[in-house]
Amino acid sequence: MRPQTRWMSLVSACGVALLLGSVSPAPAQETHVGSLTGHATAGKQLYVRYCAGCHGDEGDAQGENAQWIDPKPRDFTMATFKCRSTPSGSLPTDDDLFNSVTRGFVTTNMPPWVALTPQNRVDVVSYIKTFSSRWRTAQPRAPMTIPSEPAPTIQGILHGRELYQRMECWKCHGGAGHGDGPSAKTLTDNKDDPIRPYDFQTGSRFMCGTTNQDLYRIFMTGLDGSPMPSFADQLKPAEAWDLVHFLRTLQPLKTPEAAIWRSWFTTHGHELKAIGPGGGGGGGR
Amino acid sequence: MVRRFLKAAAPLATLLCAAMTPNPGSIAATSYTAGYAALATRIPAFARKYGLRCSACHTAWPELNAFGQRFKDNGYQLGNDRDSPIWQAPAYWPIAMRTTPQLHLESTTHQVTDAAPAPGGKTVTQAGFDLSGVDFLLLGTLYKNITFGLVPTLDADGTTGLEAAFVRFDNLGNSPWANLKVGKFELDNLLSEKRFTWLSVNGGQLYAYHYLPPGSANNFGFGDNQIGAEFSGHSINSYTRYSVAMLTTDDGTPGLPGGKSMDVMFTASRAFAMGSGLGPQRIGVFGYLGHRPTVFDSINGAPIPGSGSANKAFFRFGATAQLWVGNLEIIPLVAHASDDAALGPGAVKPTWNSALLEAHYVATPRLLVQGRYELLRMSQQGDPATPKTQGNADAIALGFRAYPFMFSRDGMAIHGELAMTKSVGVPPMTGDGSGVVDPSAKVWSRSLLLAFDFAF
Repeated sequence: MRPQTRWMSLVSACGVALLLGSVSPAPAQETHVGSLTGHATAGKQLYVRYCAGCHGDEGDAQGENAQWIDPKPRDFTMATFKCRSTPSGSLPTDDDLFNSVTRGFVTTNMPPWVALTPQNRVDVVSYIKTFSSRWRTAQPRAPMTIPSEPAPTIQGILHGRELYQRMECWKCHGGAGHGDGPSAKTLTDNKDDPIRPYDFQTGSRFMCGTTNQDLYRIFMTGLDGSPMPSFADQLKPAEAWDLVHFLRTLQPLKTPEAAIWRSWFTTHGHELKAIGPGGGGGGGR
Repeated sequence: MVRRFLKAAAPLATLLCAAMTPNPGSIAATSYTAGYAALATRIPAFARKYGLRCSACHTAWPELNAFGQRFKDNGYQLGNDRDSPIWQAPAYWPIAMRTTPQLHLESTTHQVTDAAPAPGGKTVTQAGFDLSGVDFLLLGTLYKNITFGLVPTLDADGTTGLEAAFVRFDNLGNSPWANLKVGKFELDNLLSEKRFTWLSVNGGQLYAYHYLPPGSANNFGFGDNQIGAEFSGHSINSYTRYSVAMLTTDDGTPGLPGGKSMDVMFTASRAFAMGSGLGPQRIGVFGYLGHRPTVFDSINGAPIPGSGSANKAFFRFGATAQLWVGNLEIIPLVAHASDDAALGPGAVKPTWNSALLEAHYVATPRLLVQGRYELLRMSQQGDPATPKTQGNADAIALGFRAYPFMFSRDGMAIHGELAMTKSVGVPPMTGDGSGVVDPSAKVWSRSLLLAFDFAF
């Protein structure tokens, strides 16, 4: 190769490199999940393949399918996320986003993406974080710690029922947990789109997980962007666990809480007042 | 559609007889452009139902990616509690249709014609605008964890067929490891011909799946939908999969025309989340133990359908993989086949081996560049007098698929393909050609295709 040709090749290569660099997504904070490191560049093509149809090429929830979807897809430019381990108002951790992608969201169009490799998922998370400058200016706060769960008791369940009444959970979720409380039809999310409260009768999965720990985390962190607030300042851990155990009795499942509840209810059910306006008492409490 | 196609290809025995006894007129009996390769199953009805782009389930449609495989394994359910029909708007109907207008050229050498009699023959070429048939893809859920599939077909010449019709009970005992499918369905082939990204006559089928020795009474093809029951299972993410199927011995032909015994098929595969490619790395094995009757009860000399007995066995087994290096997908497959000697064509059991290597470069979700090389080698002829190389074949195909748009309502691919096969002493498996006189003649068959492949 003649020197002149070699120089031209070098200059061309630099030009190509600059061009490629100019079209790459803006670097976001690094994404780490376990031993994996996410790369936004790799995540971009995965995002276009799997996510952009709903969430939009710009992450603004304006994908071509968004108009048909209810509830609407998440707007990543707002960097507000429901499922977090961090306090209300904070960014989620990388693990939170990774778990959300893996798990999907029940009763929405967001499926579980568990078939993607973990590396693919962490790459997607990395790219999602490029849509908002908030990821460059703020850090997720420390995840909330969940104290160990006490064994469910009928006293705890009844106390949880009282809390459900007193904290006015029933106004949205309904007296029997059907998601049909008096306020249910008025609820909107942070984009003024209508949003439905969770119906505990629908099954075993919650928006952000399936376990008692997940349920505890949901109402202690709140679901940012939705009317579901954080109760971290109003509930002590023991009270929160009582509420968890009561909520489990609302589900059509064979859980330890449901067994305790059914056993007690057959002989004491008549003592209870229905949950709702002026209700919720009885049961010896 | 594959079945129709193979009906044209199946009478290899007849063709071989024609080769041994030249019959210039037989060319008229076999269409050179009898049909097209499998119109694969990719289903905008699902994309409409769930609001997902084609690319969510397909590497480049119709080939499934890991997410699409899990969706299929889960009974066409995503698992986000929107799977039951109760969630769909009443106007939703789980149907999609697919067809492929095209311009194509087919050319086959060593063809005996009136003007070019045996032994030399001539090269016959046909070209022009053409149509595929239409596949009506009706698949979905009848209820949570009860899946159905119905695929009527309408060929371009007006022939109708029923490619698939099944019901599947998913997640039995609330476990993904137990699913039962009954009816007519595609075998659980790890390399699916129904989700092929190849459409031409020469490129659209695998020798590994369809080859039968000239003169064989067998009619089995891995790529043909079969009738029976399949028990299958998978891990939550479908990285580990298995299936066991019991199938009637009729190669998917309804009405029980064959015998009363059963064929058995099994597959097992495991995927590993390794590397940073577009999907996991999967390896798998498959096997098929089949039977075909050699004796039938008869009335006035005419065999009674379904009364076959004196079954003779045949085996197919092999291994395949789906490997990712970045955006490059590599699919190797090796297979071994043997038929009982009583299935013909001679006194010795014929055996053969095949291998292929297919590569897809997924440049973007909208552009696929692909290539494939396949070979088949006879290791033992049924008739010792047959030349050892007769039946050997080499096939190569190159192509691209470009998707000008991609969203959840429909899909279209601009498809270009060049495919060639070289078969020794027999016509190509495409069904093109009337016969070959010289058992050592190297018959070349070529397809050049430009098509607009769309579904809605």
